[in-house]
Amino acid sequence: MDALRINKRPKRDQDLEYGLHQGMEDALSPLCMVGIRILNYLDNCLILAQGHGRSVCKLPPDRFNGQQEGTRVGVQYKTVSGLNPIFAACVREVECDLAGESLQHRNDINLGKQDIHVAVTQLFVSRTVSTESRRCPLLTVQPCRGLVDEKFQVVIKNLLPNQEVTLDSLHQSEDKDFWEAFGHYISDEQGTVTVAKDESLGGTYEGKEQMGLLWSLRPVPGSRPALRLRKTNVLTPIVINISVYNGHLSQGFNQTSSLATTVTERWYMAPGVQRVNIREKGVLGTLFLPPGPGPYPGVLDLWGGGGGLIEYRSALLASHGFACMALEYLAPAKLKMTDVDGTYFEKAYQILQNHPLVQKDKMAILGLCFGSAITFSMTAYSRVIKPQCCVCISGSHVVPVDKCLFEVFEDIKKFKDKVQVNEDNHLVHRNTILPIPSDPTLKVDVGRIKCPLLLVNGTDDQNWATVESAEDMEMMMNKAGNRHLLTVLTYPDAGHLIEPPYTPHFRATNFLLHKMKEKVVMLWGGQTKPHAYAQEDSWEKILAFFQEHLYSSNVNAKL
Amino acid sequence: MLAPVRTVSTTNGTSPLLTVQPRRGLVDEKFQIVITNLLPNQEVTLHSLHQSEDKDFWEAFGHYISDEHGTVTVAKDESLGGTYEGTEQMGLLWSLRPVPGSRSALRLRKTNVLTPLVVNISVYSGHLSQGFSKTPVLAMTVTERWYAAPGVQRVNIRENGVRGTLFLPPGPGPYPGVLDLWGGGGGLVEYRSALLASHGFASMALEYLSPDELRTADVDVSYFENAYQILKNHPKVQKDKMAMLGLSFGSAITFSMAAYSTIIKPQCCVCISGSHVVPVDKSLFEVFEEIKKNMDKVRVNEDNHVIQRGMILPIPSDPAQKIDVGRIKCPVMLVNGGDDQNWASVESAQDIEMMMEKAGNRHLLTVLTYPDAGHLIEPPYTPHFRATNFILQEMKEKIVMLWGGQTKPHAYAQEDSWEKILAFFQEHLYSSSLKAKL
Repeated sequence: MDALRINKRPKRDQDLEYGLHQGMEDALSPLCMVGIRILNYLDNCLILAQGHGRSVCKLPPDRFNGQQEGTRVGVQYKTVSGLNPIFAACVREVECDLAGESLQHRNDINLGKQDIHVAVTQLFVSRTVSTESRRCPLLTVQPCRGLVDEKFQVVIKNLLPNQEVTLDSLHQSEDKDFWEAFGHYISDEQGTVTVAKDESLGGTYEGKEQMGLLWSLRPVPGSRPALRLRKTNVLTPIVINISVYNGHLSQGFNQTSSLATTVTERWYMAPGVQRVNIREKGVLGTLFLPPGPGPYPGVLDLWGGGGGLIEYRSALLASHGFACMALEYLAPAKLKMTDVDGTYFEKAYQILQNHPLVQKDKMAILGLCFGSAITFSMTAYSRVIKPQCCVCISGSHVVPVDKCLFEVFEDIKKFKDKVQVNEDNHLVHRNTILPIPSDPTLKVDVGRIKCPLLLVNGTDDQNWATVESAEDMEMMMNKAGNRHLLTVLTYPDAGHLIEPPYTPHFRATNFLLHKMKEKVVMLWGGQTKPHAYAQEDSWEKILAFFQEHLYSSNVNAKL
Repeated sequence: MLAPVRTVSTTNGTSPLLTVQPRRGLVDEKFQIVITNLLPNQEVTLHSLHQSEDKDFWEAFGHYISDEHGTVTVAKDESLGGTYEGTEQMGLLWSLRPVPGSRSALRLRKTNVLTPLVVNISVYSGHLSQGFSKTPVLAMTVTERWYAAPGVQRVNIRENGVRGTLFLPPGPGPYPGVLDLWGGGGGLVEYRSALLASHGFASMALEYLSPDELRTADVDVSYFENAYQILKNHPKVQKDKMAMLGLSFGSAITFSMAAYSTIIKPQCCVCISGSHVVPVDKSLFEVFEEIKKNMDKVRVNEDNHVIQRGMILPIPSDPAQKIDVGRIKCPVMLVNGGDDQNWASVESAQDIEMMMEKAGNRHLLTVLTYPDAGHLIEPPYTPHFRATNFILQEMKEKIVMLWGGQTKPHAYAQEDSWEKILAFFQEHLYSSSLKAKL
């Protein structure tokens, strides 16, 4: 059956009606255009009208003024792209005289209704043309190369007005897993979608979320479970494909042709940041230096019990003007844990402090999880480590003091009976230090800390009882008289792994606790949207905190 | 090592802050440079520094005075002196020139287009014109300028004796194809193609003048036809959306192919700094032999720079000495500089217009003529070269070639022409095919 129809024998004073047969509207994408043109077989034609495939169009008689009776008109529909050979198959023409009958049905290829449907959905017009401007949909991401903590502007133009589209992001990790996120949008009357202003009506994120395409990334269906996304090579960017699809899709993106696609890069290192291997006095780390002659404030960067040498946060801090050293202290091969005690961290701190490009009197420590515990301990007890300020994320002061790491972990093993497992078989570690002991020998004496301290915690931290610890620390510092040094940021429904912004949230991931030789799935906690907010807000505040205490003029510091 | 002098404003006690946005941009993308936290009405020098792949240093600088808030906004404020003056948002790039003491007659060209141009931007106190490397900075930052946008793919083409590099935009395609031809300097120059791919065109840079691999006697019409077809037949290229882009001798080849080839039938052509006054239907070897015959018309100026523009003047009336541009069937855009000292491109354009008027295809022609621009009209925000070292293919002789142009008008020509070239390609290669039938 023919898709097109045209009324036969339209008189000179009658409307010419043309369009799709009833029932065809659903088969064809709204992107199809139905056009009517005068054919004069000299390969010139005049398009009298165009409409979108779903409508029946009427052409009033005066449009034919100047045309002779007997002039042929053709009704044609196309999915207009000219890009794909299937396109040609969709050209159907019905000819008739202006005053006469339908003369013939001329088809380029005789397709039945089913075939048209298939051809059109397969084609899915890689380029939509709007009738006004005849331009393809334009997808822009600015900047196309940004820092990981930098916001981008995602804008789609040249869509049809009020068109349903899906914006999709796709990333392949260094481990070769695919991660994706998507949002459902409707363009405005100009055919524009502005992610920073418009609301996502569904997908992996909802509402007005400028960076939702990044922080709501999750493994594609069928992936291995409990994955975590972390960049090991910080000299190269995270590469994200961003695409626009017609309609509100939730799956099958890789089988569907996109309307437009672009690639954006997210870098941990700003231009000019230098990466320096540190292998000195048994200390293992990586130093990142901001560009320029320096010198710069120094930050010692400590991660948690997962071990390894995690560089990306240090690289990002260097991009903000801090000479930052990521320290490896739980190395499976090179260091024995019995060797790692207070002096290891003191050596590391001094290597950083003595670096020619680091300002000796502008130092800080940043820790996460167990790294925070080490930070509390060093700042409270070490005679060598005297930073200008510290930031402790998701940490606790309830750790045995004055012991080498080996002994600390042995102690932790003793609490194994307090570790719970939830219904998904995820390990819930938070209760191991509850209730917070009153016995001071079981806690770092935070009353001895002499520098400003910023704590960052999530209330849904399922790994450590950080919020309770923070309350206890506040109490201890109150008693000791150094409460004025403490700032606590507590984020409702954020989990344990509060990391730099616009990176995904992981509620539970595979974890190999150092020296436990047991692979578990650790529950970190948190809900994605509040966790994303926590990462964004805390990072801003951490940078401002460092800026205040490490970059203010000496005049200010003396005030 | 000198400790930096950090000027502290008495009001808020913070150091001067220099921001360049975006920090990683495309070569043809504008950036915003802003300095804040200066003293009010403070004299500062904004300085850019780049070390080329050849290890030479290039610099540019502008003299500014901060406003009452201690802010300098390069896009709005005027440079009062330096290598550029006035309100020039991109002056720090297009006015780059070799630092004092450098080797002479240098040209800045990127060979590896997969890595960015790295430019150091610094702020100095006071209005300096030299000694930058010995003076402490108030603030500095590093910015990168990329020829290839994220996702652009680089593909080596070595097929049917054709040597080139194809740059594909990201995504499934297919894309319009552009054959990219440079001039008599030879080699395989990739950066313009990489940039075109960053704008959605599958662009192939073609090498046709190579000292070792190809003998110029082997390079004739069929070489270019092969190249064109390789591009056209690529699975990610749209057969019916093709274009040619030429500069200098590459423009002459473009005129020739578009006029005479039965195989090369692009949807449009862009010819920069070109001429139609070339012998037709000959191998490159024969063409260069012909050019040698006119060497007596080549002049040398007081700096011993070679001026070639007189070689084809006066424009001959004998049609046998010119490409019959009346045969061209597709839209053609010409881009010329009024001060082109290398080829008489403006005079040629006038003659081309006359020939096309006679032949009835004048409506296909668009001519952009930029006063005081020189011969080497390249993508924007890259430096201007009035005269550079050059090896004359035909003479195998190292000379200094005068290209012409004054820096500021030349920078304007590069910026404006590139915008118009992209729009021209967009119009003829990306518009809906319904429109094409009208």
